[in-house]
Amino acid sequence: MSTRRDWLAGAAAITGYSLLPMLLPMPLSATPADVQKAMREAFGDSPISTGRVALTLPALAENGNSVRLSVAVDSPMTEEDHVEFVQLFAEANPLPDIARFELNALGGRAEIETRIRLAAEQRVVAVAGMNDGSLWSGSASIVVTIAACLEGLI
Amino acid sequence: MPKARISAPPTAKPGEIISIRTLISHPMESGFRRDSSGAQIPRNILTEFVCLYNGRQAFRAELHPAIAANPFLAFHLRADVSGTLEFRWTDQRGEVTTETRDLVVEP
Amino acid sequence: MSSNRNRGFTAVSLALAILGVSAACEIPAPGVTSEPEPTRTLTQALSGYEFQAEDTQALQDDPFANPGMLWVDQGQELWRDGGSADETSCSSCHGKNGDSMRGVAARYPAYDAETESLLNIEGRINRCREKYQQQSPYAYESAELLALTAFVAHQSQGSPIDVFIDGPARPFFESGQSYFYERRGQMNLACHQCHERNVGRMLRGDRLSQGQPTGYPAYRLEWQTLGSLHRRLRFCNVGVRAEPFPAGAPEYVNLELFLAWRARGLQVDAPAVRR
Repeated sequence: MSTRRDWLAGAAAITGYSLLPMLLPMPLSATPADVQKAMREAFGDSPISTGRVALTLPALAENGNSVRLSVAVDSPMTEEDHVEFVQLFAEANPLPDIARFELNALGGRAEIETRIRLAAEQRVVAVAGMNDGSLWSGSASIVVTIAACLEGLI
Repeated sequence: MPKARISAPPTAKPGEIISIRTLISHPMESGFRRDSSGAQIPRNILTEFVCLYNGRQAFRAELHPAIAANPFLAFHLRADVSGTLEFRWTDQRGEVTTETRDLVVEP
Repeated sequence: MSSNRNRGFTAVSLALAILGVSAACEIPAPGVTSEPEPTRTLTQALSGYEFQAEDTQALQDDPFANPGMLWVDQGQELWRDGGSADETSCSSCHGKNGDSMRGVAARYPAYDAETESLLNIEGRINRCREKYQQQSPYAYESAELLALTAFVAHQSQGSPIDVFIDGPARPFFESGQSYFYERRGQMNLACHQCHERNVGRMLRGDRLSQGQPTGYPAYRLEWQTLGSLHRRLRFCNVGVRAEPFPAGAPEYVNLELFLAWRARGLQVDAPAVRR
């Protein structure tokens, strides 16, 4: 038997709008300012130059639950000159952090691929740290569409 | 026990850069979802992945809830000597899943 | 049933016809039988694959990265070794690898004379468990049943769907067919209204497919896991605000037979990746 409350919850699920998060202190979405803050916490005041980092995302994701991401850093990956880490940030997810990858000369090539979750249309930023201490960044933007009927847990 | 798939060539030439792909079954429950009664589903994620090449760390990843369920990770390795590749996934409770593959490096 | 659909050529019909859906087409089915042949109203059957974004298609096509293969791997282990040391495994009758299952999923659901019921793959697996392995059936959507179903279905990948709807199977088929064309739910919609009359059009962010079952069990990005066709059908019911049947319900198995007949000629592409 369908009660009015069940119907409302169902309608809320279908329209993708949930009443509950408004009542709770949990953030629904980070902002670009949160990413800036996370980057300052991670890298201090070191300057971050744009370049050498190619971040690839599809232009549009039909479901934000699994989006293909690849990041490639222009580097010879030798002992003398290599990428030490690549860190990924999302500007409109509940949390700004996505992942941090640690590399070294054993890697041979600074190219990584993974699949990530994206909560909404946003920009993803990748910051690469070299063994000489320099920081480089690249970014990509993506549109995330939502499926027609938001399912909940059926 | 999470199920893992590894794609790594069994042989390589010295200095050859090989591509390694990994896939593991894990819900990567973000902690942001709610069930039908409105209760928050607790976070349950893998937090770390490491690839060791003859015991030396060749690649490491710190994972957050934004990594999709059934995590896929692909990276590269420069082959130098024959030996063992060890792949280690650790979850938020510290439980570890391990897979190994042999790598034969010859000209 | 389709008497009021012959309304002449509108722009929408033209668009739909281009997408392979006819507003007033009846295809005589091949072969001669004593029973009246049902008519299939799609001019061209298209797998759900055709309605996914490029990235989703690429993930399905990748034999390593397709997440559904994690269940096929697990299914292969269960098939070979059974669920526990003292359990008779599938392989003890059917062979160590899945070769004996080639083409099988393409012929399911099928009528089972012994139980006088229609069985889909899940039902057949559970029937074997009870009768030959002396085990209790696996629950629908359990990891084990999904894994074994994915493994069996995957052995038929590439096989054209070819189900038998005559003889004792006919009443089940007709029940499934009626269901497909019957309105239900608070939205009072029937399956064919989206999945035949509006194929290719956008429903919010979704492109409407024909509702073909070829890829199931499928890894749906929405679910972030592999799920059965019945789970998808339950969601279809909820989508029009109709009370869903439990997974495994005979109504869904009957519908499965109709959907498989409707999909005949399309290749099994399980485990598929769908949004």
